[in-house]
Amino acid sequence: MAIPVLKASALTKRFGDFVAVNEVSFEIRPGEILGLLGPNGAGKTTTIQMLLGLVTPTAGSIHMFGLDLSTHREEILQQVNFSSTYISMPQALTVEENLCVVARLYGISDRARRVNDIIKKLEMEEFRSKITRKLSSGQMTRLTLAKAFLTEPRILFLDEPTASLDPDIADKIRSLLKEEQRASGLSILYTSHNMREMEEMSDRIIFLQRGRIVAEGTAREIIDRFGKADLEEVFLKFAREQRQAS
Amino acid sequence: MKLHRITALLVRHLYLYRRSLPRIMEIFYWPFLDLVIWGFITLYLARYQSQVPGFVTFFLGALILWDMLFRSQQGITIAFLEELWARNLMNLFASPLKPSEFLTATMAMSVMKVTVVSIVMAGSALLFYSYNILIVGVWLMPFVLNLVITGWIIGVFTTSLIMRFGQEAEVLAWSMVFLFQPISCVFYPMEVLPTWLQMIAWVNPAAHIFEGMRTVLSGGASPLGNLAWAVCLNGAFLVVVVAWFYRTVAYCKEHGLLVRVGE
Repeated sequence: MAIPVLKASALTKRFGDFVAVNEVSFEIRPGEILGLLGPNGAGKTTTIQMLLGLVTPTAGSIHMFGLDLSTHREEILQQVNFSSTYISMPQALTVEENLCVVARLYGISDRARRVNDIIKKLEMEEFRSKITRKLSSGQMTRLTLAKAFLTEPRILFLDEPTASLDPDIADKIRSLLKEEQRASGLSILYTSHNMREMEEMSDRIIFLQRGRIVAEGTAREIIDRFGKADLEEVFLKFAREQRQAS
Repeated sequence: MKLHRITALLVRHLYLYRRSLPRIMEIFYWPFLDLVIWGFITLYLARYQSQVPGFVTFFLGALILWDMLFRSQQGITIAFLEELWARNLMNLFASPLKPSEFLTATMAMSVMKVTVVSIVMAGSALLFYSYNILIVGVWLMPFVLNLVITGWIIGVFTTSLIMRFGQEAEVLAWSMVFLFQPISCVFYPMEVLPTWLQMIAWVNPAAHIFEGMRTVLSGGASPLGNLAWAVCLNGAFLVVVVAWFYRTVAYCKEHGLLVRVGE
């Protein structure tokens, strides 16, 4: 079995008395797309924030490419990137300027070529000179994805990347992600509230509920284990249980 | 005109004040500062009226130098606020960027701002008042460098507070530096202050620079002593405030504040 590119062991985060993530352990293998599912407040975003070094875990460890995140932050983050519906980029800069800044930040040497390539790949030519403030939500999502792809990461964290996109663009983004994954062996941690998308995209899925992993496997395995018709029914079961418990 | 719509807007603003200490403080802050600064200037003029040769020279020089300190602080704090307003902090702190690199970039930005502002202010003073800042002579450069460093110290301190307390503390970006103005003795000598305030002013590096400026402009002794104190105090405070910034980043990561600071 291939050595995992990411290994989270007994990852825990407490905010005072509230346990946001509770002894979560998982691995991502090279070229794998791992879906992270769970109702709001299940601990998905906190988990991703810990993996990105934005939140310090209360306990547990994170290793990527065999390195410990707590001691090798810079080397690890050089090979990792993320995109989320909930972030933005400097509004007064053009799309191209923003991508140039990111390229500098990650020390990319052939900046102009790489920025051009990514703009073409994500079909952003028509708005490459547009001020970011004036982008539509779909264009903004493409910009944050471009930012994530630009640095050619080995692991990509995608937090609801298609949430604000129309079905056509969302489909294009999914195809692109699959294509990138096949071409470069990219590993992806993916969250979405679109269950059909999760089934289509993920090689494996982890279900979180109240900060704990409650199910793990392929979409089919999880659906069969809980005797439900599809992933959406499994999601509803966990979401309702979480709401009743709180 | 409908009273209920006017009341709705009033209540909307009062809700803000109910939970926001910085907003309440701001109501008292500016009148208090105005009173303190203009009070000491009045005392200075009343006490030394006959002994102050060309106090316009003092005031214009002081104003230009104070603005350099102010712009230096703004260069740091506004650079951070720009990232906060753009919701770009996550992009930065999830990249390989180190806190030291972040600070160095903002300090470089502040130097650029100070350079541009200095040229504009010195040029304007020459054009409108025939006042040449270069009369400060060879001491001008070390004075300016020290004021820039004091601006960095206040800027990093303010940035740490905004990072820790979020957008509520944004107002500090513009107001914090003025808290240091009365004890920087910009427009009056340190001896005008009450003794207890003189002791506080003495540990403020900017106060030594403005004292030095007055010494030079009144054709007195060398300001080397003032400069030496300013360099030592700046060095010590810079180390402390950078360490505090690192501690704040760690605290914010511990409490998940880094990802919520823009909310």
